[in-house]
Amino acid sequence: MLSRTADHLFWMSRYIERAESLARLLDVTWQMSLVPQSLEAANQNWNAIIALNSLEEEFAARYSAVNAENVLRFMVGDTGNHASIVSCLRLTRENAHAVRGTITSEMWETMNSTWLEARERSFEQIANAGVGEFFDWVKMRSSLSRGTTLGTLLQDEAYHFIRLGTLLERADNTARILDVKYHVLRPHGDEGATDFYQWGALLRSVSAFEVYRKAYRDVITPERVAELLILRNDMPRSLHFCLNGVVKNLELIANRQSGETQRQAGLLHAQLHYARIEDILERGLHEYLTDFMDGIYMLGDGISKNFLVPMAEAA
Amino acid sequence: MNFYNEMIDDNGGIRAHYQGYDRWLRETPLERIARKRAEADLAFHRVGITFAVYGEEAGKERLIPFDIIPRIIPGTEWRVLEAGLRQRVTALNMFLHDVYHDQKILKAGIVPAGQVLNNAQFRPVMQGVDVPGGIYAHIAGVDIVRAGAGEFYVLEDNLRVPSGVSYMLEDRKMMMRLFPELFAKHKVAPVQHYPDMLLEKLRAVSPKGVNNPTVVVLTPGAYNSAYFEHTFLAQQMGVELVEGRDLFVKDDEVFMRTTQGPQRVDVIYRRIDDDFLDPLAFRADSALGVPGIMKAYQAGNVTLANAIGTGVADDKSIYPYVPDMIRFYLDEEPKLNNVPTWMCRKPDDLAYVLDHLAELVVKEVHGSGGYGMLVGPAASKAEIERFHQLLVARPDGYIAQPTLALSNCPTFVEQGIAPRHLDLRPFVLSSGECVNMVPGGLTRVALTEGSLVVNSSQGGGTKDTWILED
Repeated sequence: MLSRTADHLFWMSRYIERAESLARLLDVTWQMSLVPQSLEAANQNWNAIIALNSLEEEFAARYSAVNAENVLRFMVGDTGNHASIVSCLRLTRENAHAVRGTITSEMWETMNSTWLEARERSFEQIANAGVGEFFDWVKMRSSLSRGTTLGTLLQDEAYHFIRLGTLLERADNTARILDVKYHVLRPHGDEGATDFYQWGALLRSVSAFEVYRKAYRDVITPERVAELLILRNDMPRSLHFCLNGVVKNLELIANRQSGETQRQAGLLHAQLHYARIEDILERGLHEYLTDFMDGIYMLGDGISKNFLVPMAEAA
Repeated sequence: MNFYNEMIDDNGGIRAHYQGYDRWLRETPLERIARKRAEADLAFHRVGITFAVYGEEAGKERLIPFDIIPRIIPGTEWRVLEAGLRQRVTALNMFLHDVYHDQKILKAGIVPAGQVLNNAQFRPVMQGVDVPGGIYAHIAGVDIVRAGAGEFYVLEDNLRVPSGVSYMLEDRKMMMRLFPELFAKHKVAPVQHYPDMLLEKLRAVSPKGVNNPTVVVLTPGAYNSAYFEHTFLAQQMGVELVEGRDLFVKDDEVFMRTTQGPQRVDVIYRRIDDDFLDPLAFRADSALGVPGIMKAYQAGNVTLANAIGTGVADDKSIYPYVPDMIRFYLDEEPKLNNVPTWMCRKPDDLAYVLDHLAELVVKEVHGSGGYGMLVGPAASKAEIERFHQLLVARPDGYIAQPTLALSNCPTFVEQGIAPRHLDLRPFVLSSGECVNMVPGGLTRVALTEGSLVVNSSQGGGTKDTWILED
């Protein structure tokens, strides 16, 4: 497969996954903000979203204050923000457009119409209908993209690059959501009355509320939430699950130069596979997740150099 | 002016080959047709069968309007056209081989040497280069119109990178999806094997010694007006769609960058103009091309389809000589008519043209796409005056032809069904072993009332083209 084609496929799937993750993050923040809290605390939560994406400067250049409306406006439909949901959907479509001969027509039609529909909606329309409805729509469109991919695409190299993009992006995003929310919810380790709702919202944001109930059949505790999202290997949005898929798909596309990238992926996977949540929490969740996200970044970089934008080399 | 109507004869009767369709049209409720037309629009949008229009807002894409009344041609008429096209394209390929080798036709004085050798489209770099099968125009789009009492004329030969074949295929797919019952009642010759035929031709012209050639389609990129077609053809043929940056040349061989390392490329169906193909050989500022590809081509290690330098044969200044080429190379009489043409570089012709501007169509010799032309009868006084000055200043840049009474065909427009003018572009494929085409081609229709310009960039639409087998 052409390196450029693989590059477009990889980023096509990363961007749709990123749009979905962003919808999830905004959704949980929105839901958490509905539980009574101080304005200061609420705005802190919204600020965390900007900080998480390193968008402080861009945000400050366009908006005067950090509050729910401005952050939603900026992160949902602001086409001037390259990281907004609508921008992610546009980039998904642009990457798909560049490889529309490689993906199936159903996949292209799904991603094209997602963008066409998103483009039609103003922020006011979205806000009037309820942002929650929009987030649900984004999640559904992302599911639809994955579904048509799974249901129509030949499972060859193209599929492996798409899966790699999805899983790498998802691992990164789950780590981010957990990182930012865990500390907001548990700054000093005390457990207040709002916790059940807050933790419940976090679990729902990664579609893990029912999963949690099924897996633990018990009250929600922060340790188990962390365990579920990091170590559980059959939970589709956990770090462990994502790395399982990354390692597997990397093996399937291996080439002569990808040995080091595969080793790194294997190492990252082993660290999840053999970890205990107690050790992770003892070391510090934030430090752990920061290291993990660095590892994901390195993997993305390695994949890019090995497969996607190789230097001109000897034939 | 009297126009030949494809569907209705002079007495208001329905022509024999349209009677089945006419009956269906009269029996089908208008609401159903309206619904189907809306469905077609939606489907074309969703599938993204669009084209970009130059000069409009960057990246803006438009649909090419699709009309559901087919353009029907009886098999007997098509067979005449087919034979004429085969003859014409064969002669054009022989002409191209000749001008880049012995130049017999120039020495014989059939075509003035200056017209060829001083032509900007003549590529001296091709002199003496042997191409597989002696074929230069592997894909030719020949524009045909019907005028007067229904005679066919060749309007122009497109031998560089003719486009539109994807619309021919998508129009057929759409018609079959919308109105399957029509195909049950008519024996419409199929066209869907075009991509197979194209791939077969491309494989047949691979460099010497290559048994299982790697074929690719080379596109300028996603912002090109015909990008949809490039992706469509690559996908239908099952070959890679590459951009210049995906290819590189090493030791006069062409490779593409793949996820498994470099892979050699043997045949390139290129949809990039000569000028942009190789910054080392042609325009140095081209970012679309592949540095060194021309040397690989001259070394015979890669085949380009179409070949470099085909523009010298489809130039409007060469067009008037095509009938003589056919006589010269094939010793046959041309089966297809040329439109009578005044060459403004000849003083007598120029004088006539200047006197009759209001009746004539004036075209730029190197123009295409319906840009930069004058349609005398439809032009304002100011426009005619402007062309008068242009012609006097640079007569060799123009040709003129009588305004043809292009045939028309009933078409859905805002006011209902009304006649609109149309043309036909069959796609002729050559490989050295044989010349083939799928029956029919792309029918383009001018949607503006009275307009004779069918180009999609000028608001033209398309129709499905039916060759009826008897």
